[in-house]
Amino acid sequence: MYLLRKGEIMDPFILSRIQFGANISFHILFPTITIALGWMLLFFKLRFNATGDDRWMENYRFWVKVFALTFAMGVVSGITMSFQFGTNWPGFMETVGNVAGPLLAYEVLTAFFLEAVFLGIMLFGFNKVPNWVHTLATFLVAFGTTMSAFWILVLNSWMHTPAGFEIRDGIVHATDWLAIIFNPSMPYRLAHMLLASGLTAAFLIGGISAFRYLRGDKASGVRLGIKFSMIVAATLIPVQIFMGDMHGLNTLEHQPAKVAAMEGNWETKSNVPLILFAVPDEENRENNFEVSIPNLASIILTHKADGVVLGLNDFVEEDGTVMHPPVNPVFWSFRVMVGMGMAMLALSWLATAIIWRRGVDGLPKLVLFGMVGMTFSGWVATLAGWYVTEIGRQPWLVTGVLDTKAAVGDVPAAMVFSTLVLYLITYAVLTVTYILVIFYLAKKAKGGAPLDDRARTPEALAGIVGKSDAPVPAE
Amino acid sequence: MFDDPNQYLPFIFAALMGVSILIYVVLDGFDLGVGILMPFANDEEKDIMVSSIGPFWDANETWLVLAIGLLLVAFPVAHGEILTALYLPATLMLIGLILRGVAFEFRVKAPKHYKDLWNWAFFAGSLITALCQGAMLGIYIMGLNFTTWTLAFAALCAGCITVGYSMIGGTWLAMKTIGDLQMKAIDWSRRGLIGAIMGIGLVSLATPLVSPRIFDKWFALPQLFYLSIIPILTVAVVVLLWFAIHRLEREPRIKPGQPFYLSMLLFCFAYIGLAYSFYPYIVPEKMTIYESASAPESLWIILVGTIFVLPTILAYTALAYYVFRGKAKQLTYY
Ligand code: HDD
Ligand code: HEM
Ligand code: HEM
Repeated sequence: MYLLRKGEIMDPFILSRIQFGANISFHILFPTITIALGWMLLFFKLRFNATGDDRWMENYRFWVKVFALTFAMGVVSGITMSFQFGTNWPGFMETVGNVAGPLLAYEVLTAFFLEAVFLGIMLFGFNKVPNWVHTLATFLVAFGTTMSAFWILVLNSWMHTPAGFEIRDGIVHATDWLAIIFNPSMPYRLAHMLLASGLTAAFLIGGISAFRYLRGDKASGVRLGIKFSMIVAATLIPVQIFMGDMHGLNTLEHQPAKVAAMEGNWETKSNVPLILFAVPDEENRENNFEVSIPNLASIILTHKADGVVLGLNDFVEEDGTVMHPPVNPVFWSFRVMVGMGMAMLALSWLATAIIWRRGVDGLPKLVLFGMVGMTFSGWVATLAGWYVTEIGRQPWLVTGVLDTKAAVGDVPAAMVFSTLVLYLITYAVLTVTYILVIFYLAKKAKGGAPLDDRARTPEALAGIVGKSDAPVPAE
Repeated sequence: MFDDPNQYLPFIFAALMGVSILIYVVLDGFDLGVGILMPFANDEEKDIMVSSIGPFWDANETWLVLAIGLLLVAFPVAHGEILTALYLPATLMLIGLILRGVAFEFRVKAPKHYKDLWNWAFFAGSLITALCQGAMLGIYIMGLNFTTWTLAFAALCAGCITVGYSMIGGTWLAMKTIGDLQMKAIDWSRRGLIGAIMGIGLVSLATPLVSPRIFDKWFALPQLFYLSIIPILTVAVVVLLWFAIHRLEREPRIKPGQPFYLSMLLFCFAYIGLAYSFYPYIVPEKMTIYESASAPESLWIILVGTIFVLPTILAYTALAYYVFRGKAKQLTYY
């Protein structure tokens, strides 16, 4: 929005940014689910192998469909991403290609092929390979998606907190790969993102299972799904909030302007209040309608009530050039993310407490509706979090090394505009279809077609009985 | 040449990139081809056609990611130049790939009455992808210039690639299916081959005519003698393929893979011919691989990884094709 307000809509620079942001926002939706869902499927399968309990198998069978669908969305949007650097940001690779290149190459080599090849065996090999090979394939797919996340987050973190390089003739050259990979913000960002993925998948499972339950499908597998998801969410969310705080402290050290924008803090001062609500006014550089808790921001950020925190006004150069990010989008996205985190905390702890005391059937309707409402809450929090991170990095593309303007390609605005429209239409249609189809699968699973005998026993899993050719359409 | 990393590293990376493009074209070629052939099959056959490529398409497309990735990391300047010039067809191709990839899933997961719609999307996505790839090749051959003539040539290439893909897709189906569908697939392969012959012929004639540099590369003595091996072998493969297709029609159970393997070979020869025409240029007539390569220390890091990982990738790719060998069946998740 802040981009549009400036009335520069036909500027290829702005359009390229919107297009890149749209593409990656669409992409990230799906990996966020698959990274954790892969491990959860592995868990379901291992539990079933160990206990022979059909409820795990029912969950495996339902969620593997969602996984297949989500993975396909992740792959196609990912392929788009690999073209984006060249089409929209040629200057990016020209300047930092020596660092970014190897990291991207390792992602393709160690992660993409692993997951793509074993995905086939994981999805369709159940009756074709021994059980342990299938379990191994499931593991390798989960491992591959996690490796993807690792490499891409290394690169992204390096862009925020670059290390291990030198600049010769205006071009970045790598000097220390360990320093590049384990750059200061990488551990925090990786942990925070992986936890976000776990929460997103947990709330998805919870929401869809609650939806099935509310529609009268009280099969034991569905109840297990509700219990499993809420326990996972209740465990992860405190860790996530703690990690978020650590991440913020790390950011304060390396990108203080971003934190100042998150907090809506204009002046460098001590005893900074924590702003719960405000409308930052970027023209006059002040907040309106501020509601705040005294001293709390100083306490959170410096652990002292009178700790001094840098404000945004320190990032305006003598000649008036603003060297901090736009405040409104960062400020608001941050509040959306944290708000979602708090909602997740409330719902998952409440639900877990009730399940603990009275079992899944003791959950009041209201809580179940809450779970359905929060089905895609992980998406909202994750996107909001990424907007904080990425917009908070502006005006830099690579902090202190390359500013965003220097990286844009010279594609005519009309071309960027028309392809942007094309992408946006495609993405809107596909996101809506994706959500509808998941709910449709949940409806159709109602009553759950009973497991046929072939798939019941561990022997069947081992492929001994499962060789029947009876056509069962893949769904 | 082999003692200066500024010489051999770009060469090695150009070769690696060339190989992954070739693998991509062959592998995704057959599964795009299957998509292009969809409208000619009935509903039941469509299911089997999709099943035959279900376990493979994702990994096949990953070769495109690798090829683009190598272009990006090894030749960043050329990557920017080529992709900014091919912005429109590249975007359209990506939209095609998206449509097709999601249609795989939606056609069986969305409510039944939408299935036709997603089948159509699957076909349209495959067709758009193939046409755009052909057009990109054409514009690339023409040195990334846009005039009426180069666009006409691009249109020609778009048609050729589409026909070529449907040929290799047809031979894949001839290998993976039985009964009526196999007979249809054999027929598609034959028609595809006729188209491919005309296509390769036209492009081979046009390329040296439009580019004096490529003309000189092929028609100077003494190269002409040992280069003529490429067209001769290509013609030989075409003849063998023709007979293999006819043979399969008579004995559909014996060596059903023969036409498919020969089509792969045909793609390889056509590709080698093109690669020879371009070397050492990466942006035709403008920039050689040596002028546009990244810093050697970064290339080394990638090379070391590639040497270890590429064989592993090839091994487990082979494993996947082995697991799903034989005739295609309906796919099941469990
Ligand atoms: C389920 C998702 C989710 C939830 C509940 C939270 N976050 Fe978050 N947050 C993310 C998902 C996320 C993310 C999408 O994964 C980001 C974007 C980049 C990153 O590494 O993680 C992120 C970024 C991010 C950043 C930006 C760091 C930077 O760019 O330098 C901060 C400071 C926090 N988070 C802090 C928090 C706090 C204090 C939370 C307490 C409620 C919180 N997050 C909940
Ligand atoms: C996955 C979640 C991500 C989301 C939602 C996201 C979102 C965004 C957004 C909204 C912008 C535009 C910022 C602005 O114009 O003010 C942006 C910029 C950018 N991001 Fe990300 N990003 C994500 C991850 C990544 C990763 C992993 C990388 C690289 C490895 C990356 C690289 C870039 C680049 C190169 C730009 C372009 C420059 C710019 O406009 O700032 N992003 N991103
Ligand atoms: C934080 C940001 C990102 C994360 C966590 C992430 C993670 C993943 C994951 C887990 C997958 C596997 C597919 C799936 O599970 O759905 C994937 C696919 C893919 N991603 Fe991303 N990604 C991110 C950003 C990017 C960026 C910036 C690029 C572009 C360079 C990219 C390129 C790709 C490609 C090409 C694929 C397809 C791989 C295949 O064919 O299997 N991703 N990504």
